[in-house]
Amino acid sequence: MFDLALLVQGLPLLLAGLWNTVWLSACGLALGFLIGIGVCSLKLSERGALRRLGGAYISVFRGIPLLIQLLFIYYLLPRLGLDIPAWVAAIAGLALCSGAYLAEILRGGLLTLPVGQVEAARLLGLRGRTILTRIKLPQALRATLPALLNEVILLIKASSLISAVGLAELTRTAQNLAASSFLQLQFYLAAAVLYCIVNISLALLAGQLERRFEKGRA
Amino acid sequence: MNQSAAKRGAGDVMLEARGMSKRFGDHTVLQDINLSIQRSEVVCLIGPSGSGKSTLLRSLAFLENYDDGEVFVEGELLGYDRASDGRRVRSRPSRLSDVRRNMGMVFQQFNLWPHLSVLENVMEALLRVRGMKRDDAHRLALATLEKVGLAEKAGAWPNRLSGGQQQRVAIARSLAMSPAIMLFDEPTSALDPELVGEVLQVMRQLAEEGMTMVVVTHEMGFAARVADRVLFLDQGHIVEQGPPTRLFRHPQSPRLAQFLGNYLERNSLFEAAPALNRVDD
Repeated sequence: MFDLALLVQGLPLLLAGLWNTVWLSACGLALGFLIGIGVCSLKLSERGALRRLGGAYISVFRGIPLLIQLLFIYYLLPRLGLDIPAWVAAIAGLALCSGAYLAEILRGGLLTLPVGQVEAARLLGLRGRTILTRIKLPQALRATLPALLNEVILLIKASSLISAVGLAELTRTAQNLAASSFLQLQFYLAAAVLYCIVNISLALLAGQLERRFEKGRA
Repeated sequence: MNQSAAKRGAGDVMLEARGMSKRFGDHTVLQDINLSIQRSEVVCLIGPSGSGKSTLLRSLAFLENYDDGEVFVEGELLGYDRASDGRRVRSRPSRLSDVRRNMGMVFQQFNLWPHLSVLENVMEALLRVRGMKRDDAHRLALATLEKVGLAEKAGAWPNRLSGGQQQRVAIARSLAMSPAIMLFDEPTSALDPELVGEVLQVMRQLAEEGMTMVVVTHEMGFAARVADRVLFLDQGHIVEQGPPTRLFRHPQSPRLAQFLGNYLERNSLFEAAPALNRVDD
């Protein structure tokens, strides 16, 4: 059931798969974060049309399974004459989907901010974008850190779906190794350990950030 | 900044409301408010809760958009622009900021930014609105904190300070932008009684230096000692106004007499003539 020599042999492939998982997720999340801020701003807009637009975005990209979104992007865009590499499709899919979730998490954080803080900023002459980046977002991020971490970890795990567009990320690599060696347990266990290492590291990092923020609050 | 010699001398109008009204739904909160505030004048707004005094102050800063009438800040229409067809439209944010550039405001809940240090709170607008260099902003912020007696708290987090200290930081934050008019919305109402004095002391110093101030307050002693003029509001109207001695000693309207009577009754346990002695400590 276990074969150390084969595991060592397969390790470079597993690590390459892990690297794909990590960098594609990171790019997807970074882009998704920008989308999230934009969509969240739409949903908090004073204008009804913009609010509905933001709501529609969230309904669509939260409502459709990530797998189907990825397949849509990968197969639809070439038909429209846009020939994109698989990794672009993967990042786009992850970004569009996580953007919808991150928008709602950030909105929750922004709604807890006392309006007076923004009124004070306006009276001092600070403009909308400065207020967002200097006053609102830093506090919303602190307030929603646990929920944001959840979303990041969920997305890293859901990134196994990008194998559907032909990328050998960690899960697909483990699958391949398991199939060729007939040592299923060994390679799935290895993948599980690698996922855990990444996600637990993230949790530790977030915990440290949280403690640093708390110093200021008390 | 020291204009005490020129106090009440200049006579130019800093802030003016003409026929201003404000409704929340069907409810009229302010009706036909006419008000003119001169340079270096200190005006206190008093009245029972729900009388509209905070809404009036917020309308003067366009934190509430008034429905009818006009508000002028140093002669410029606040919050609205005239369209080419004569109708008025809401000003763009940049225009609104521009008209309010000489206006500062202090709130009941301080509204400091808790994720920034005391110093950073004061520096923020200097850096991002005034476009000052970091060194200059740092120096000015420290000097302004010094003025409210809190230079040694520059590195502290706002939530570590007492309410009175937080409010003084909020005053410094506003003051650093060198406003010509300062609005105070019940600046001591959220404070423990023993912390009220330090905030009023700072405000009194500002008044003596010639700052134009509009203050919504329940501190009758402060109004009596510092205000040039007191406005009594009830049910969205300015019922009575005048110098504090006249208003407090000889109220003309039964409503004001009743309001003052209630106030004296509440405070008579501690002081014989609270309206005139409160700020002495």
